[in-house]
Amino acid sequence: MAIGISARAAGEVRAGQTGMAEGRWLPVVLLMPGIAVLLAVIAFPMLYSLYLSFTNYNLTTARSFHFVGLAQYLTLIKDPIFWQAFGRTVLFMTLAVNLEFLIGLGIAQLMAKAIRGRGALRTIMMMPMMFAPVLIGFMFKWVFNSEVGLVNNILYTLTGTAHIIPWLIEVPLGFISLLIAEIWMSTPFMVVILEAGILSLPTEPFEAAEVDGASGWQKFRMLTLPMIMPFVYTAMAIRSLDLARVYDVVRIMTDGGPGNRTEMIWTYVYRLSFTGHNYALGSAMSYVTVIISFLFTWYLFRNVIRSRWEGRE
Amino acid sequence: MNLALGRRHTSFDRAGRRRRWSDTARDIVLYIIILIFFLPVLWVILTSIRPNVEINTRPPVWIPSYLDFDSYKILLGMPTPEGAFALGTQIPFGNYARNSTIVSLVSTLLSLILGGLAGYTFARFRFRAKNTIFLSMMLGRAVPGVALSLPLFILFARLGLSDKLLGLIAAYTALNIPFTAWLMDSFFRAIPEELSEAAIIDGCSRWGALLRVDLPLALPGVAASGIFAFLTCWNEFALASVITRTPASRTFPPGLYEFTGSFVTDWRGMTAMSVMMLIPSVIFVALVQRQLVEGLASGAMKG
Repeated sequence: MAIGISARAAGEVRAGQTGMAEGRWLPVVLLMPGIAVLLAVIAFPMLYSLYLSFTNYNLTTARSFHFVGLAQYLTLIKDPIFWQAFGRTVLFMTLAVNLEFLIGLGIAQLMAKAIRGRGALRTIMMMPMMFAPVLIGFMFKWVFNSEVGLVNNILYTLTGTAHIIPWLIEVPLGFISLLIAEIWMSTPFMVVILEAGILSLPTEPFEAAEVDGASGWQKFRMLTLPMIMPFVYTAMAIRSLDLARVYDVVRIMTDGGPGNRTEMIWTYVYRLSFTGHNYALGSAMSYVTVIISFLFTWYLFRNVIRSRWEGRE
Repeated sequence: MNLALGRRHTSFDRAGRRRRWSDTARDIVLYIIILIFFLPVLWVILTSIRPNVEINTRPPVWIPSYLDFDSYKILLGMPTPEGAFALGTQIPFGNYARNSTIVSLVSTLLSLILGGLAGYTFARFRFRAKNTIFLSMMLGRAVPGVALSLPLFILFARLGLSDKLLGLIAAYTALNIPFTAWLMDSFFRAIPEELSEAAIIDGCSRWGALLRVDLPLALPGVAASGIFAFLTCWNEFALASVITRTPASRTFPPGLYEFTGSFVTDWRGMTAMSVMMLIPSVIFVALVQRQLVEGLASGAMKG
């Protein structure tokens, strides 16, 4: 990838002043190793998978496969399970990002004002971030287990009745269980970023508002919230990207089941590719989804990026 | 006490004011919320140290009647009482610990170096197509493990990298570069450029200025990026479950899967291994959480 260097590049000007001859190509030299790794380990395999999506490749007959044009993509378009999984993933992402944001903002607000033991509280709060998503999957599979799970056990202890709620099996309950696991897992990330946002605020506007007799809510609505928006954008952009890839927790808790009831895109792609041995169709589905999430990423990050270097240039 | 904490918000909120009941009430609400978040963690810890008969019971047993560390002993290969039920005996804990440690540390280090250099470049240079290059890098984070695991599985098999630690290290380094570059760009931009310029004028080379001036000031950023990268590698499952086939290269997360047999799940063994997996992460986070949040707050994320 050739990177053109602007003639009036600040780096070059500075380099010129300090007698550094390599100034013009320095950015290329510094960026290249990282970009090379990304090209080799992400871009190239993804192009290879694009090529395979136009063939009838599968893992059992890997030696003989041929070009089939758009056949896999036509199968995909006509596959209702794919589109249901797609819709469910989008719904899951939207609900999770917004709920995590609201809960995270509340906790961050409390955390930023906490008086004692903030370091310890923060470490405990970040525990879910340290858990492997697989473990969280197993943990919540157990939490929502209908026979011996934590939730039904608490209900049992509190009410004394042995009423069994099939959390992971009934239609909205399975989705809700997954949502709770995801929120538990990822709200701490929101808390960390938003707490940093709140701690970064200058004190003067708040003192002025205090003098003017503003209520706590007014201060939050008119001062805190608008001023932490860069943090909000960043946190929500990153979380949206992560949620578009949601896999581990779903794979372990329900594996899309029973009978596709909680199917998400990536559990479906995995099953088609590795269990169903229809690797080429899996690649086609990956591609459609990855391209949609690329467009989404581009859209999300444009706002973050635009404000990024503007102050400096 | 409040002054010692030194947070602007804290000192402002309580400047000259006495602690009110509402402050205490607010803290109590916070403690309760944190406790709810901690509850599943507590349950995992309790399960790993309770006698096996208390695990899948109804009505539930909340407090273990006595502590039983058999599952830990089994994993660590220590002698255990006869007939202790556990799938853990067949699990090569040592191999997983070694593989996870090597893979996580090496990939974290590599992504810090490569991503850090990229972040430095984005922060300090102007060049054509900078935004496009930055965005293209970010797309790397949008590629899901499952989508990548399919072609990597085939390519690594051809290159002889499947079931090798090197393959996993390469994959994780690539996964972590975008976010590291982003964070390090933020942190480097928060450092006044004049400092390194002054060092260069005083006869420092650009590399010298980077290493002696910018890098020490960006250490909170290194801590923040390091912890995110480490946790990603340490806990990643989708790629590891496809690329690693045998204990020779398998890491902890796919290893956890082995506690589920066809008919039984060894919950106690699984939770014991999970608790041991958590220890390095907890130590790491406890050490750097303050730098993480304060670093992010000190202008690094703004704009």
